[in-house]
Amino acid sequence: MSAIVAHSDSHGHEEEHHDLGFIRSYIFSEDHKVIAKQYLISGIIWAVIGGLMSLVFRLQLGFPEMDMSFLKPFLGQWISDQGKLDPNFYLALVTMHGTIMVFFVLTAGLSGTFSNFLIPLQIGARDMASGFMNMLSYWFFFISSIIMFWSIFIETGPAGGSWVIYPPLSALPEANPGSGLGMTLWLVAMALFIVSSLLGGINYVTTVINLRTKGMTFDKLPLTIWAFTFTAILGILSFPVLLSAALLLIFDRSFGTSFYLSDIYINGHALPNQGGSPILFQHLFWFLGHPEVYIVILPALGITSEVIATNSRKPIFGYKAMILSMAGIMFLAFIVWAHHMFMTGMNPFLGSVFMLLTLIIAVPSAVKAFNYITTLWRGNIIFTPAMLFAIGLVSFFVSGGLTGIILGNSALDIQLHDTYFVVAHFHLVMGSAAIFGMVAGVYHWFPKMFGKMMNKSLGYIHFWITFAGVYAVFLPMHYIGIAGFPRRYYSWSGFEIFSTYADLNAFMTVAAILTFAAQLIFIFNFIYSIFWGKKASANPWNSNTLEWTTPIIPGHGNWVGEIPTVYRWPYDYSKPGADSDFIPQNVPFSATPESNLPEENELIAEERAIESIKFDTSIPD
Amino acid sequence: MFLALTVIVIGKTQDLLKGAQGKSEELEDHHLDGGNDWNAIGLFVFWIISVVGIVWSFLDARKDFLPEASSIHGRETDFWFWVSMSVLMVAFFVVNTLLFYFPIKYRYRKGKKATFYPHNNKLEVIWTVIPAIVMAGLVFSGLRVWNKVMADAPEDAEVIEIMGKQFGWEVRYPGVDDNKLGDYDYRLIDDAKGNIHGIDFTDPNSFDDFTNSSEMHIPKGKPVLLKIRARDVLHSVFMPHMRVKMDAVPGMPTKFWFVADKSTEDMRLETGNPDFTYEIACTEICGRGHFSMRLRLIVDELEDYEAWKKEQIPLLSLNPEFIEKVPANLRARALKYIETDEMVEVVEVAEELTAE
Repeated sequence: MSAIVAHSDSHGHEEEHHDLGFIRSYIFSEDHKVIAKQYLISGIIWAVIGGLMSLVFRLQLGFPEMDMSFLKPFLGQWISDQGKLDPNFYLALVTMHGTIMVFFVLTAGLSGTFSNFLIPLQIGARDMASGFMNMLSYWFFFISSIIMFWSIFIETGPAGGSWVIYPPLSALPEANPGSGLGMTLWLVAMALFIVSSLLGGINYVTTVINLRTKGMTFDKLPLTIWAFTFTAILGILSFPVLLSAALLLIFDRSFGTSFYLSDIYINGHALPNQGGSPILFQHLFWFLGHPEVYIVILPALGITSEVIATNSRKPIFGYKAMILSMAGIMFLAFIVWAHHMFMTGMNPFLGSVFMLLTLIIAVPSAVKAFNYITTLWRGNIIFTPAMLFAIGLVSFFVSGGLTGIILGNSALDIQLHDTYFVVAHFHLVMGSAAIFGMVAGVYHWFPKMFGKMMNKSLGYIHFWITFAGVYAVFLPMHYIGIAGFPRRYYSWSGFEIFSTYADLNAFMTVAAILTFAAQLIFIFNFIYSIFWGKKASANPWNSNTLEWTTPIIPGHGNWVGEIPTVYRWPYDYSKPGADSDFIPQNVPFSATPESNLPEENELIAEERAIESIKFDTSIPD
Repeated sequence: MFLALTVIVIGKTQDLLKGAQGKSEELEDHHLDGGNDWNAIGLFVFWIISVVGIVWSFLDARKDFLPEASSIHGRETDFWFWVSMSVLMVAFFVVNTLLFYFPIKYRYRKGKKATFYPHNNKLEVIWTVIPAIVMAGLVFSGLRVWNKVMADAPEDAEVIEIMGKQFGWEVRYPGVDDNKLGDYDYRLIDDAKGNIHGIDFTDPNSFDDFTNSSEMHIPKGKPVLLKIRARDVLHSVFMPHMRVKMDAVPGMPTKFWFVADKSTEDMRLETGNPDFTYEIACTEICGRGHFSMRLRLIVDELEDYEAWKKEQIPLLSLNPEFIEKVPANLRARALKYIETDEMVEVVEVAEELTAE
């Protein structure tokens, strides 16, 4: 890698210095931009698989009488001769949909793509702190993906105990066929996934702390970077707990221990395990599981901050409040986990404590929503597809977040726990909002990733169908939740009380199919634009952050020549007095006397000191 | 309604597409064309249609919501649910209205400049404090109700055991003679011999216990304490009409107490459905038959309930061979529940043998 140092000193003959060959450039690449694209494409593939799975079980729920024989070529034995979906496979689909969407799409696909792509570009670094670890992170994820994908095709089916894999169901193959080999593969895949996530997270935090360019103090970092950093810290602190939970489960499954098992009689015999507690697993699981939802949503909120500020042509409102509220969310995320467990028989006093803490976390979330809306206020708003998706995200975050206040109230959770009200809530606030953040990010940074523009009109169509579709699927879901319909039911017709709403369920299924179909427009647009899209300009959105100061397609090392120096925060949009409605971060105050605020004029004196800082910006081997 | 909405939106985007395609070549670099206005208008129109759609769909869906709660605490939690919901709906409509109004009001116009407005600490404080106060109100109302619901059951509560298994519920009553549930041990469970619950017949309290696999009877107007357990995997007892839910955990007994104050008969009159019956469902994923763990729940008037209990036959009477598990010194007490002469003889012989 010393080639990079050499080229930055030797007036930028970048091409001939590091021709690494196809494999090192595109497959086992250590370049953060290539790794980001690898994550993005893997994430999109997983999203399609996870989405298709949801359509199959939505068909079952919306049209329980339907003849599904047409799925037999794909699902084989899981469709009976009468054309009925196997109930065990239904549970497996629900499980895999959750696992894939939460971990493989919205953790790896979202953080993996945008943390990798944007951290070095926005803080002004040549690459990640450790390119090699970064490469390992992707390839651990890849192996994990292969194993998880393989588990879908084994004879006993993939894991079927829902994505939370509560034992004893997940520990006993006698209890559920998916708890056999499928569960083993799930655990192995997740263990590798956690390794990948930790390698990535440690790298993100190290890079942000150590590799910022001259003048890029923490108070000048774009909110995306703050969000990615907080996300990485959350992951580093909570994923190991899931790993330990998974390890203990592996022990219970394979080595006869009793961490989670006690007093079990199954298949005509009593098991010898005694003294374990299934509730222990739930505590360990949700100690990751709850921060996990913020791992999913914080990067999306970071992306939204950037997109909304840029396209409102206004500074983000309350930059410091945004950072503080994210810090608050991050801290509180660790101490609210047991609100998933109000009805497990946990001590009611603990329930009270967790209810209090849970409702506190609504406050920083509300602050963020208000700040987004105030950023729009008196803006000069440009509706790029990214902007539309960002506005959609804020709407979902608000709508889904509000019902969280109901569910966080343990007294009200008695009735609503594990009903469709919960499903509606988290699909809006976490699922759809995070997907919208991811899609907004793709539309916004596609020009920097591929040097091409995505087709805007297709982007609009994609947005409108998806936005209306998501609300059409998940808004009515609240109603059936209020009516008490339990989650993870193959069919409701066995109960008189749950035999209503057949039409609403059918409607939601149709809406889900349309919404999924709209994603094909996006995928078409994505692939088409990579090859045949209109060429992008260097800074198509007139944005302030550093990535837009790179060449249209940044090469290895990102900047030709020296990395730009940063003088100002990233949100100098529509500054009074300035001619242009944006002033990039690398423009010194001394160059903009007409628009400087009084305190900024004083900063001019410090510019020389900033410029004379000598960082070693080479990529360490 | 939502279908109509979807159709309108799709139709609109097609117009928009035409508009966008027509002009996109002129103003390429600043990515601005008629599409910008259309999207701004679209967001606002979407919201107007949504408000109508939400109100209409709510009114339409409401008729299939659960009937008024049949338990005392259930009506209280329902009350607070709708109070919270109303407060949150105000926030929902206000915030979303602003979110969808600002785009149309402040959409890009050439020559206009956005207001440079980076922060206002007063505003931040206002919208930190107001949600905090509202949250505090909701928290304290919730805490009060939660503590009441989760408080210890009254002494005189009717104790009933419900056990989840793959895939069904097993109910056990403490019996009319001693009104105490006998001990159990999972190692005593033997499906083949009929001891589904693992009842320990060395405990004399178990002699008069009776069980039921198809329905649970509870009295109206008297506190009922459910003792909840599971014998294989997690389950969760859910009585939608009673607003009762509690997980059943193998190795960790749980409980829930409540007062049902509408009998099944009352509900038949109230709903106008002569076949109305309360139901118990499972709400914790437990495997293939998760969706089929239905148990009928019957709420009787207190006197009917007592009469029903008297008619029930103890498990010991149904399975006289369990007498073999009863220790010798308790056999005499156990014999009361075994009616056939033949069995009495068997027992007497056995007793003589052990005495020798």
